Parts: sequence; structure tokens; C-alpha cells
Amino acid sequence: MTEDAQDSRGFRLTRRRLILGGTLLGGALLVGYGVARPMDVAGAILSGGGTDPEESPFGAFIRIDLEGWVTVVNKQQELGQGIHAGMAAMIAEELDADWDRVKVVEARSNFRAYGVQITAGSNAIATNWDAMRNAGAAARSMFVNAAALRWDVEPDAIEVRDGVVSHPASQQSASFAELLVEASRQTPPQVPVLKTAEQYRLIGTDRVRRKDSQPKSNGSLIYTQDVQRPNMLVAMVAHSPRFGGRLARFDDSDALKVPGVVEVFAIDTGVAVLAETTYAAKLGRDALRLEWDDTEAETRSTADLVAYYHDIAAGNGGIGSADFATMGEDPDAPLTGDMVEFSFDFPYLAHAPMETMDCVAEVNGFDVSISSGAHLASLDQVMAAFTARTIPGRVDLEVLPAGGSFGRRGVMTADYLVECVRIAQRVQGRPVKLMWTREDEMRAGFYRPMSHHRVWVEMGADGFPARWRFHSVCQALTPVGDNIQATEGITHSPYFSTARTVAGKIFSPRFPVPVGFWRSVGASHTALVMEHVIDQLARRAGQDPAAYRRSLFEKAGDDRRIAVLDELMEKSGWSTPIEAGWSRGMAISEAFGTIVGQVAEVRLEGGRPVVRRVVAVVDCGIAVAPDQITAQMEGSIGFGLSAALFGAVTLKDGYVQETNFDTYPVVRMNEMPAVETHIIKSTNRPTGMGEPGVPPIAPAVANAILALTGTPTTALPFLSGAAATNAGFSMRG
Amino acid sequence: MVYAVRVNGSLHKVEADGQTPLLWVLRDTLGLTGTKYGCGIAQCGACTVHVDGQPMRSCSLPIEFVGSAEVTTIEAIDDPIATAVQQAWVARDVPQCGFCQSGQVMSAVALLRAMPSPSDSDIDTAMSGNICRCATYNRIRAAIHDAAATLRGEAV
Amino acid sequence: MTRRSDRPRRRRFRIARIFGIAGLLVVAAIGLGLVYLLYPRPVLQSEPIAVETLYAQLESLQPVSAFDTIVEPRLRSVALFEEVGRVLQSPRCMNCHPATDRPTQTEAMWPHMPWVSRGLDGGGEANMRCTTCHQAQNAEASGVPGNAKWSLAPIEMAWQGKSLGDICRQLLDPARSHMTREELLHHMAEDDLVGWAWNPGGGRQPAPGTQDEFGALVAAWLETGAQCPQ
Repeated sequence: MTEDAQDSRGFRLTRRRLILGGTLLGGALLVGYGVARPMDVAGAILSGGGTDPEESPFGAFIRIDLEGWVTVVNKQQELGQGIHAGMAAMIAEELDADWDRVKVVEARSNFRAYGVQITAGSNAIATNWDAMRNAGAAARSMFVNAAALRWDVEPDAIEVRDGVVSHPASQQSASFAELLVEASRQTPPQVPVLKTAEQYRLIGTDRVRRKDSQPKSNGSLIYTQDVQRPNMLVAMVAHSPRFGGRLARFDDSDALKVPGVVEVFAIDTGVAVLAETTYAAKLGRDALRLEWDDTEAETRSTADLVAYYHDIAAGNGGIGSADFATMGEDPDAPLTGDMVEFSFDFPYLAHAPMETMDCVAEVNGFDVSISSGAHLASLDQVMAAFTARTIPGRVDLEVLPAGGSFGRRGVMTADYLVECVRIAQRVQGRPVKLMWTREDEMRAGFYRPMSHHRVWVEMGADGFPARWRFHSVCQALTPVGDNIQATEGITHSPYFSTARTVAGKIFSPRFPVPVGFWRSVGASHTALVMEHVIDQLARRAGQDPAAYRRSLFEKAGDDRRIAVLDELMEKSGWSTPIEAGWSRGMAISEAFGTIVGQVAEVRLEGGRPVVRRVVAVVDCGIAVAPDQITAQMEGSIGFGLSAALFGAVTLKDGYVQETNFDTYPVVRMNEMPAVETHIIKSTNRPTGMGEPGVPPIAPAVANAILALTGTPTTALPFLSGAAATNAGFSMRG
Repeated sequence: MVYAVRVNGSLHKVEADGQTPLLWVLRDTLGLTGTKYGCGIAQCGACTVHVDGQPMRSCSLPIEFVGSAEVTTIEAIDDPIATAVQQAWVARDVPQCGFCQSGQVMSAVALLRAMPSPSDSDIDTAMSGNICRCATYNRIRAAIHDAAATLRGEAV
Repeated sequence: MTRRSDRPRRRRFRIARIFGIAGLLVVAAIGLGLVYLLYPRPVLQSEPIAVETLYAQLESLQPVSAFDTIVEPRLRSVALFEEVGRVLQSPRCMNCHPATDRPTQTEAMWPHMPWVSRGLDGGGEANMRCTTCHQAQNAEASGVPGNAKWSLAPIEMAWQGKSLGDICRQLLDPARSHMTREELLHHMAEDDLVGWAWNPGGGRQPAPGTQDEFGALVAAWLETGAQCPQ
């Protein structure tokens, strides 16, 4: 450390107190005011720290220019799911814009302008369905009114199509561009009239296509990793190799000798190395000498944790439980008669998006400027403000498209973003790009939690379940509240339709391995539990698994699932024979209101499941962007299959063993099955599509293996260790 | 050390440690950010560039071994094969998050140069070094067939 | 800007009026909480830590002289080859002498990731050539090993799954090894592709001994009649 640095630290401490005092006073005042005028205050503190977006007469989400281009401001984050196309389509449909002259720009984080910006839980289409259509319809009526005034005709007689306003009776027409000035003077209607589903010309058609394929095919799209700012430093952080370990001592003397390394300092998550280039930062970090205090660290191995979970499920873990899915009279009475027991173990899973965690931040006193693929933008803005000891309104958060996330960038504590702000705060006035290596990302936790599910079913004389009991063990994803995510997919199962009682107990152990939201969350494990149990019960009852499901769905009055099942049976050729050595497995699950059924065609090659084709049926309400629904189904199946076949993060004495794609294999082109997606026609409100395609693939494969060999699956992944890396080359058969 | 590297048709003098991966020279020094860091150990293919026309993982290519070879990045591929591949990518809406696609396109272009009419299994073989976590593989395969057909003068 | 500076005064006024004492207590509690949350904590400074020299667990080879005690020439030759075999059967050599078209990697000799196949020339298939990832030398940053001649041994020289005796007979059969005994000696003792086994980089365990010691053992084995174990 140079003397300069020490001086500036002394100064910072004084200023920090100042900031602290200011923040406290401001915070206290805002809390007081907030009780009186909550939305005003929320708007003020969560608005963008930079300039507010340009005013548009058509509201926050629509801008129209004199060349007739409609620019849709997308408040949700684009992380591959094609949400920008869905958001734009909802607006363009009601606006009757020309889809080929619709552009999309990403909104910065700004509560006052756009409301809450959280992209999670496959919610973007569902939660914006009304707001975006209303915005489009309101703008449309402004053009209609403007035309009616200009031509002196009745607004009702005016039509709008592909960005052209016309009055057929008088054969007059004008483009949005021609009417722009007059339209922008119109008052938008309080309650715009919306189209009915039958009137859609754009929504639900193949014309709704994503608009970013070109910049994503020629390398010109800028992700966080690509952000370059003048005078920028690249930071890497040496983290504790064990969860819960704390930095005890560090020596940066060798690191500072690396050419290009500018500064090294400790932060609460480890030791930050700042350099002029990424490689210098990496070399500098490699040259650190570090000692860690592991007194509070997790030092167990995966086998210990599995044994611990089994103890907990048996009631010997010394931790309490909460009830879920309880129904019927005296559900806790012992199960009797014809009873079946099942046990399932699921590993930790890393998200491993192609773009590792990264963030660019600059702190100047109270002002923070961030560029990041932040998918909980509103929350990230608050977290950044807390870290920099300022108010969220002084945080300018540019939301960039992310190179995947699958939930990793949706960590509620915004771990990587907070880390970047913390570093930028120390180097005041210089932009910092925090870069995590793949190994950093794989070792940092926030995994899909490992879990153990024990299921007992008392069978009725009719061959259907009469009583269910569950003991589930899974870390909670949220610091407070019931651990509902761990059992979602079980809790409201339609398979309980024949049951007299259901009793579920969820045990939520707490230890230092951080867990998080992973594409499809709880359903990523509970779907296997329910769907694989049902197949085994069907076989026990001597029934076809599809027919068995149908009976249970009928008893539950679940028409949506019945429709999915019927379509799935037809499109997969369920009732037709399949070649020797192959079998079909079925699974139907619900996540975030969307129901997905899949049939996988599987054979075993030296014990390895080979999946050649998956037929998928989805009911996601009104299909806004069918091509993106298909894309999400393909992607979800590849993602879910990666986890089912090979996915596992394991610990040895607390150290993460899988740190890159060589030890954490994912499905590659040769292992990708053909996917056929069928969308159920629906007039229901749309539900999400980013995640619900993931859960059914693992049970579909497990059920196919069950049909082939009679052997049930009790743990995922199907393959581990050397077997996982031994991807044969005839995978698709 | 100062190295003279030929990138996208022009000569650049770069001062760097000899073991610096070409990837970071391209991204940090030359500002060519289309080539991505994905794994750093030649597992994922996101950093694929052409070195004398051959696909190579730039994360595993120390600058001192580049020598006088001609490096081409995603920013500068513009022959008919590259154009056909990129057009097919857009026509099929291959990308989802898009982060791996620079590498996928670079590998696909190299494949079609070596093999004008690849079969499904040729494509699987040639493209299995490129990971896509969004699993856009089926569209990639279809787009490569489309590009091959276009280059043969067939309508897609 | 003027609006901003006006506001707090108005707000403070309201708080007092709206909440009275209870409200102010809540605000104070929140304030104290924030003090606790935001109070600067001490930051560790760099301090000298002694460099720990890590001595790799290197395996050594017995020198040729160690076999002088074996009088019977055939037995001595076999014993020499068994010592040679400790190198041949190390993962550094075996990984590129696979029994299939796909090499293995790591100490555990797992199948090579990503998938690669020998191709027509042992140098890989189109787009997935050895040189797509492997350079003329080890690459430090990626840990990917390298050599200018990096490639698979021909399938007829597969060693994996074979006994040491079979490997020995295979070596001596020019139809399979494509080498005369002189060429064999040269390959073992001087070829820098083989020499890579003692400089594998990336934290890999080198083959036992040194290439010179290995070469001497091979030479001694050939001189003693190149006898093979069963």
C-alpha cells in the first residue's frame, strides 16, 4: 500500500461518516414521508439516478418518430428468453403498428417511469399483459382521434392497420408519421378499448419474431463483459474457497509486481485485484498469498450432507418442520395397509450461464453509475445504493442484455453487483469492471438447493392413492417466510384428487452454502418426485401411465391438464408401438401457471440414457410469441436434460469439486434431442414460458427408463463422474 | 514483450506478457469484443476465432504463438460463406441469449469451408466443441443446413 | 434543484405532526439499525506471508545400474521393461494411446472433454482438430497442454486396456508401431512429444523420472534383447 492510498482512506472514512449521517437523516425522513405518501416516495427513491427517459406523449413505453418507427421501451430484462419481442408484440397488436417498423430499446432502471422492474418467475408476459396492451390501445386511439378530427369523420369508422390509419368510406388514409404531430396532442383515453383474442392479427402468429438476432449473430451486441469505458479498471476478487470462510490474512507484494496491476485491497468478500487488463487482474490474483479463517465455514462433503438430510427426513436431524399441502381428517395418523415408500435425492446445481457474473460500476461520492445484466433491476438498484451509502435515486442502472442467467443474476442480495459497487467505491471516480472467471461463478454458490424427498403413499382398493405423506428436506431460498419454493409442484398437485388425506412436512436446514433461484425453482426437483411416483403407482395398478393420469386429472376436474395429456398422447404417438430397445416416458407439470407435458423417447446405451426426441405440449394461455415459446421449450429441454444427465455440484471437505464445463458437463450438440413443440390454443390470460419447460424432462426420461428396465430413479443426475464425461457420439441414436 | 499480430487484415503492435491469451488481446487491447470469454479453458468455444482460416480457441492461444498468422474475428468475416451463415442464423432466429453465438458462427463458417454439404452427424462432430447453455443446438443445425443449401444455390 | 432543497423541510414538519412521539421512536429505531448496518468495519491490510514452497510429489525412476544385480539377461531385460512401463502406463502417455477413437485426459483418465475423435490422421476431425485448442507448447492461462506434434497414437498402438506384455510386443512389432528399434529408441529418448510427459504443465503429475533416465532404460532394455513381460 502506498502512502497516497492510506491518505485517501483516512479521507474516505471522514466522508463516509458524512454520508452515513446524511443517509440516516434522509432515510429517516423518507420513512416518515413514505408512510404518508408511499408511492411518491418509492418513485422518488427508485427513479433512475441519471436523467429520466425522454417524455413521450404516448407514455413511458412507446415512442413514435417522424419516420413512422415505433420504439417500444422494454422494462423487462432480455436474457435470452426473447421477452423484448413479447413486450413489443403486446403493444404493437393494440396499436396496430407495422411490426417491421417496430424497434425495441431496453429501459434503464426507473421506478417512477416504468414501475417495478423485476424479471423473474417467468412473469414478464403475465404481469405486463394489461399494461402493455393498454399502452398500445391508448396510443392507437390518439391516432384515431387525430385522424377523425383531420378528416372530420366519426372515430368509429376509422381503421388502423400496420401503422396506417384509414377511413374506408372516404378512402382517406395517413401513416402514423403523417398524423404524429396531431396525435401527440390528443388526450389518451382513461380506459382504452382492448381487442378480443379473435381480433388479434399479430399476437399468436409467426410474425412475432425476436429483433436481436442480427447483432447476436455478428458479435456487435454489447453485453456487460464487453463494456469499455475510458480509464476503466478490471477487477477480480479472490473469494474464500469454502462457503462461510473469512479472510484471515493476505499478502499482495507479489500481486503488485505484476505489470498492469494497479491496486489490491481487501473487501468483505475477499481480496480485490484491480488492473488495467483482465489478464493482468487474473495474474495478480493468482499471485496473492491468502489465509482463510474457516471456523464458521462449511467443511462437510456431499456424502455427509446427504446422510444429514436423510437423518432429518427420518426426524433425527434436530430441526423442526413446517406443514404443507395438508388436507383431510387427521392426516398425521399412521399410514396402514398397502403402503409404498419412495426416496429421492437431488444435488446442488450451478446455473453456469455462458456469460459469467460481471458488472461495470463507477462511484462518484453519492452518485453511482452501473451497467449490468441485472434482472432484478429495481432491487439491484436499492442494493447498490445501500452499498454505496446513497439513495437508490442516485443510482443510474443501465440494464444490459445478459448472456444467460437462469436465475443466477436474480440473486436477491445482488452478490456480484454489490461486490462491484464496493470495489468502485474504493477507487472513487474510476469505472471498474468486475470479472468473474467460470471457476469463480461455479464456486460461488446460490445453487439450486440439494434436496431429499421421502414419500409414502397408502393405496386404495381401486389402485389409486388414498393417503399421501411427504417429508421434504431443502434449504430455504428466502431468509424469512415459509419455504414454499421447496415444495411447489407438490403442494397443489392434482394427483391428490383421490386422496382422503395429505400430510407434508418441510424441513429447512440452514448452513453456509448459499442457495438461489434456478430456472423453474422448486419444480426442478418436485416434478420428478410427483411424476415418477405416479408412473410407479400406475405400473403397480397395472395401468397405462397416461390413462392413470387421466383418471386422476378427471377426478380433480383439471381440464387444462386433460387437454395437454390428450394432445401429448396424440402427437407423441403414445399408443403406437416403438422400436425394440426404445421406450417413451411421459411427464406433465406446472410451473408459474403454465402446464407443460413432455414425452421423451429414450434408449439405454451401456447404461447411459440416450434421448433422441422429445414431444412437448404447452398450455401457457394466449400464445403471444409462438416462435419464442418454441425456442424456450427447446432451450428448457436442453437445460433440464443437462441437469438430469450430468448436473451436480458436489463438495469435498467443503470445497466445490465442479468448477468448469470439463467437470460440470452440459448437453452439447451431439446430445441434444429433436424437439417438437405443440401449443394448446387458449383464450386464457398468458402465463410464463421462460422456465416451465424445464421440470418435465427429467421425469419423462426417468419414466422411460422405468418402462425399459423396471428400475426406478431415486437420485439425479443419471450419470456422474467419468460416466458423465463419457458422452457417446451416437447420442441421438 | 511487443508482439506484432495480424488481426482482421491489419497489423497491430501489442505489448503483453507472451502467455497472454489472444482472447484478452482482442478484447481488452484491440477492443474487439465480439469474441467472448466463456470458460477460459477451451471447453465452450465462445472465444473461437480463425487463425489462418482454421478455427481456434483464442483463450488457449498465447499471443507469443500467434506469430505471423492472420487472425480473423467475428467482426471481420464477410465472405459468401459467412454471409450465408449469418443470414441463416437471423432467418431461423437461432440466438437466445446470444452470448455463445459469435463462437458458433465462427465454427459453422469453418465447417462449411471444409465441408460444403455436411450431414447431421458431420455437424454434431464439428460443433460439439461449442456450448450453448440456451440449447439452441437444433436451430444451429438447421441454420447450417440452410446456409449450405443457399451456397449450393438452392432455395431455402 | 430548488424543489429538491425545499422538500426535506416540509417532510420533517409533517413527520412530527403525523407521528408524534411513537412515530419518532420508530424512526429512531430504524436510524439505529441503519447505523449498525452501515457503520464502517475495519478493513484488513496486506501483511507479509511467507511463501510456501510446494514440492510436487515427483516419482523417480530406478537407474539402469539398479538392474545390474539381475544376472539372468532375459529377466534383467524384462525388469528393465517393467521400469520403462511405469512411464508408458502413466496417464501422461496412456491418455493419447486410447483403445477407442477418443483420447482420455486427467490422472483419472476420463474421456476427453469436449468430445474429440482421432480423424483420418490422428489429429482430429474437421473443426475439432487437436490444434483447435492445443498449441505448440503448454498454454499457462488455460492450462491446456501443448506440443507441436500433439496428436493421437495410431489405433494399432492403443495401450489402454492392454497388459504391459502386450504393449511391449506391440512396440516391437514394426507393423503396428511403424518404428524400427532405432526409431523406437529415438521416439522414447529424444522426441519432444514424448518429452512433454515430464513437462505437462497445468498442475499435472509428470511421468516418473526424466526423459534421459527413461531413454537410458529403454536403451538398456533394447540392448538386453528387448524381452517382454508375460
